[in-house]
Amino acid sequence: MAFNYDSYLRLEKMPTLWCWGCGDGVILKAFIRAVDKMGISKDDMCVVSGIGCSGRFSSYVDFNTIHTTHGRTVAYATGVKLANPTKHVVCVAGDGDALAIGGNHTIHGCRRNIDITMIVIQNFIYGLTNSQTSPTTPKGMWTVTQKAGNIDPTFDGCELAIASGASFVGRENVTQPRKLEKLFIQALEHRGFAYVEALSNCHINLGRKNKMASAMQNLDWIDDITVTKKKYDAMTPEEQLNLLPTGILKQDKEADEYCDMYAEIIKVHQGDRKKITQDDFEKKI
Amino acid sequence: MGTREVISTGNELSAIAAVDAGCMFFGGYPLTPSSEVMHVISDLLPAKGGTAIQMEDEIAGICCVIGAAMAGERALTATSGPGMSLKAENLGLAQMAEVPLVCVNVMRGGPSTGLPTRVSQGDIKQASNPSHGDYRSITLCAGNLAECYTETVRAFNLADRFMQPVIVLLDETIGHMHGKAMLPTVEEVEAGIVPRKTFDGPAEEYFPYECGPTDPAVLNPMFEGYRYHYTGLHHDKNGFPTEEIETCRKLIQRLEDKVMAHQDEIESNEEFMCDDLTGEDGEVLIIAYGSVSLAAKEAIRHLRADGIKAGLFRPITIWPSPATRIKEMTDKIKNVLVVELNIRQYTEEVERAASRLDIEGLYKVNGRAISPYEIVNKVKEVF
Repeated sequence: MAFNYDSYLRLEKMPTLWCWGCGDGVILKAFIRAVDKMGISKDDMCVVSGIGCSGRFSSYVDFNTIHTTHGRTVAYATGVKLANPTKHVVCVAGDGDALAIGGNHTIHGCRRNIDITMIVIQNFIYGLTNSQTSPTTPKGMWTVTQKAGNIDPTFDGCELAIASGASFVGRENVTQPRKLEKLFIQALEHRGFAYVEALSNCHINLGRKNKMASAMQNLDWIDDITVTKKKYDAMTPEEQLNLLPTGILKQDKEADEYCDMYAEIIKVHQGDRKKITQDDFEKKI
Repeated sequence: MGTREVISTGNELSAIAAVDAGCMFFGGYPLTPSSEVMHVISDLLPAKGGTAIQMEDEIAGICCVIGAAMAGERALTATSGPGMSLKAENLGLAQMAEVPLVCVNVMRGGPSTGLPTRVSQGDIKQASNPSHGDYRSITLCAGNLAECYTETVRAFNLADRFMQPVIVLLDETIGHMHGKAMLPTVEEVEAGIVPRKTFDGPAEEYFPYECGPTDPAVLNPMFEGYRYHYTGLHHDKNGFPTEEIETCRKLIQRLEDKVMAHQDEIESNEEFMCDDLTGEDGEVLIIAYGSVSLAAKEAIRHLRADGIKAGLFRPITIWPSPATRIKEMTDKIKNVLVVELNIRQYTEEVERAASRLDIEGLYKVNGRAISPYEIVNKVKEVF
């Protein structure tokens, strides 16, 4: 029997503002299936989104939801999570949200390793505002702000998250909805900051001027530039050059989670343990 | 009324007040001359089981506070001018989504980086509308050490009553002033806590933004079975984005009216040595607020010793301004002098309230406090 999404959706908000053929709906459905499989109560979940097409994600799902200012999802989510360490807090951000205006918060969410799942819907362009260059726009592509071709170097959000200390980093392609669902489950089950990049299409505002005017052409291109991590790791640097690995790219189950660490701070101040010192940490610097 | 004597600083008293008022969350970023608020509260909150976090920047500081407040906590941030400028956009979201929180601004010299360790009252106008758009800011201004405590407590209760951010203005002088203060007891503060209203009926009958034209939203804590939506967009009774013409108009009008229709619950002034001012020629009304009012009081004692009948009107609630009371007093008394550590920022509000353009001013913007003698000399010079 087909999965029934209705109980997780705010049906009165349908149809979404997303364009026909947009991958955002596939991501939303994969997320709902993941939550359903895990048996998380809708009351125990907070979804925080930013600005852009992805920003509307939060208004369509029947959880506790926050539509924040541009780029600030992780900062808002940090407050929600620290005030409620036992609840599930999920950020949904676009590539501009997470890596341009909100880059600092992404970095420090990863660094703190606070137990937040951050889903970055990465479609290589500013979609909602009509085709401006994103930090993830491939070099040489047309954008409305760089009609002569994009010269800005391209940002790899997963590499950033790994370097910044996120204990779970993964990437999946919207053409693989089952894998996406599985990755969401793995991210939600992981205790620590989970950075999940969901590669999506924007044939309207990226594809239209870059020879991918249909959803299928745009999705085929995403298929062409992605390869599983296993295959990617077996490649030479030359073969890896214009490919993005998918799957779990990093998972460290031993890393200290921030809410757990803050609980130790509370213990110190309540006289239940000695002060935290350098001796408490294997890696200090 | 029970009182207790403490020796402390303005910044420290503000932090202690927050915790006594039930604050369980602090988020902020170091910013001179406000940092001691964070230094103190980062010990006090975990001792109580709460959380204090130093975030990566000023913006994150206010955002995590809004997040915690959305989740249901009483929450505080503290900063100074440059931080207020950075927090502005998200203070606007808190106004729009009606999220209660307290933001302490310990004013230093501006604009820009300005005079980081020196006193100023240059953020008065900013406090009336830190971000873009229409809403009514509630801004309180502590005029002595005890008020750093009592106004912070009052700010939390007003935030929950009106469901919006409340700004508490300290200035560098009062924030770093160290001395004796008589405070209400913790029991008294706790007894005075009025938490935000919540809805306890069935979830399907809960519409957080459906309320009377002068009422604030009723926002239940998160994770308790009342799932709804927060947004900075214009929104309907459920909190969902809308562009429906009448809904948009009513929402913004309500943000104005929920404050202005209840100004009597917000307004607070001190009238010092004003009782014998009858409107005779030669009487002087000084208007000052914050640490400047301390110098003004001393100046008034000197002026009276010299035979000049002078009194002080001190707004404690700066915004919305006590316009009606200012009008009454300035109608009666001809000689009015506004003293402030900026250039005409509140004078212009006094002119508006008084409908007079002959209000005298004494202004100082070099990062130094105004002495009582400067006020005495100014009064003798202009009146």
